[in-house]
Amino acid sequence: MYRQACYDEPLLSEIGEREESGYFPGAEVNIPNKLERKNLRIPQISENRVVRHFIRLSQMNYGVDTGFYPLGSCTMKYNPKYSEEIASWEKSSELHPYQDERTVQGALRIMYELQEYLANIGGMGAVTLQPAAGAHGEFAGLRIIRAYHELKGEDRDEVIVPDSAHGTNPASAAMNGYKVIEIESRNGTVDLDALEAALSERTSAFMLTNPNTLGIFEEDVVKIAEMVHDAGALLYYDGANLNAIMGKTSPRKMGFDVMHFNLHKTFSTPHGGGGPGSGPVGVVEKLRDFLPVPIVGYDGERYFFDYNIPYSIGKVRAYYGNFTVLLKAWLYIRRLGGKGLVEASEMAVLNSNYLRAVLSKHIEMPYRPLRKHEFVLSGEELKKKGIRTLDIAKRLLDYGYHAPTIYFPLLVREALMIEPTETESKDELDAFAGAFLKILEEDTETVKSAPGNTAVKRVDDVRAAKNPVLSWKDIG
Amino acid sequence: MNPEDRVYTKDHEWAKIKGNIATIGITDYAQKEMTDIVYVELPNKGILIEAGDVLCTVESVKNASDVFSPVSGKVVGVNKDLEEEPELINKDPYGKGWIVKIEMSEEPKGFMSPKEYEEYLKSL
Repeated sequence: MYRQACYDEPLLSEIGEREESGYFPGAEVNIPNKLERKNLRIPQISENRVVRHFIRLSQMNYGVDTGFYPLGSCTMKYNPKYSEEIASWEKSSELHPYQDERTVQGALRIMYELQEYLANIGGMGAVTLQPAAGAHGEFAGLRIIRAYHELKGEDRDEVIVPDSAHGTNPASAAMNGYKVIEIESRNGTVDLDALEAALSERTSAFMLTNPNTLGIFEEDVVKIAEMVHDAGALLYYDGANLNAIMGKTSPRKMGFDVMHFNLHKTFSTPHGGGGPGSGPVGVVEKLRDFLPVPIVGYDGERYFFDYNIPYSIGKVRAYYGNFTVLLKAWLYIRRLGGKGLVEASEMAVLNSNYLRAVLSKHIEMPYRPLRKHEFVLSGEELKKKGIRTLDIAKRLLDYGYHAPTIYFPLLVREALMIEPTETESKDELDAFAGAFLKILEEDTETVKSAPGNTAVKRVDDVRAAKNPVLSWKDIG
Repeated sequence: MNPEDRVYTKDHEWAKIKGNIATIGITDYAQKEMTDIVYVELPNKGILIEAGDVLCTVESVKNASDVFSPVSGKVVGVNKDLEEEPELINKDPYGKGWIVKIEMSEEPKGFMSPKEYEEYLKSL
């Protein structure tokens, strides 16, 4: 039985300003006397106490390194440690963004090659590595689309999204000053009639995730691309689910013009508390001239920052992107190779469908059976027992699992969105399915009062939303 | 059950019409689906609104939902109590949990009677 550690652990500042005994490692400092401060209000705590502090906190935490993390849409795959090690080498961690290009040729080569690899995977003409997250990539991508239409002298102020879209899609469109038109899905995929009705000379872009958030592949995508292009609009690919199709097809083959990659999902770099993220954007050739500056170029001899982009939308981030994340993604691609990337997608889809087949015998799953890398169950029937999806999610914590994504996508009632990823074994999937099915049999009270085995019991969501404590200084 | 003295929409809003003033809120079914409501983004008094426009956003621990205006007209009253106590919508959706009052500029249309709404809920 899972039991999470629970310590009454104080903050370091509460341990005291000066500990009297313990092991204190010496530190060599070369600060001139006149710059030394006599009173520095930081705690002076022994090494053993500091180590215990952080080990205890880590034991009260949960992550991919602790166990299975089927958080749908987030792609919480295991992050291999070799990439952490290499990213921590001085050669990468001690780089300065203002260093002369001649002294960072290796780093520039990695960025250049990553641009090429991503362009290849997406079938795109060019890639910028600057955006620092998926939603940031969406923002930059839409900015490019906007600049493209403006240069053509076209005034297009609407962006269409399906009701299965990630919430970031309409948000990014609104941030770019667009009016958002949401269209209803039919049987879990884009309703072509609804799309036809929504498209007009006002349409700037249609944003689509494929496979979509239900884990269903949008089979009409080629037709969709044709309709969007006929209306003079562009097709945007939300890359959140690229991990399901990598190497099998590409956004370009499907007819997309602009896309973002979530390196922290598909390319196995850490996210959640371990980020930061990275959301490179790829564009077809005709949009290359609008990319943010600089991209990394290569003239056959040396790598350089290329600022020669005529209609650039400008910079979207200070410097050049989250370099160590880019490095980890480069390592991941190099380590797996083309064949390995395809296998990663295949295994992600296989794992998802295995778990889906086991669970959907016992709990409702709306829409068609075959899914890609994730699937969405509905807890609607359980309401008769007085149990809601939220309760199932909480009870799973007691069995030592991270909860699935819940109440998203919005078109499934009491949604439970599960994404196992390719990095889990069949044993792990079976154990999770076992716990899940056991919970479905448990009595209402047990499920509703969960979790009991975690460091923090059920949190008061209402109080947290109404009176958020946003800083340690606000703690009572 | 859903009160007899008002009309309903398929988006789960209710409207209580008295003369040319419509008081708008969300139904008991809607508040139960949303679970604990923690925030209501109220519109400003005096704004003009078309039927079908987003009137306000209601946020619960589960999600954020748009409330659509079932009528066209001018917002002449907003329930300021919801700023401090958004849970009034959970506690009393048809009474103290009302959201806005609209002075209608045209005849309201497209509503369901209490009985029709009841049937509609069964079909969901």
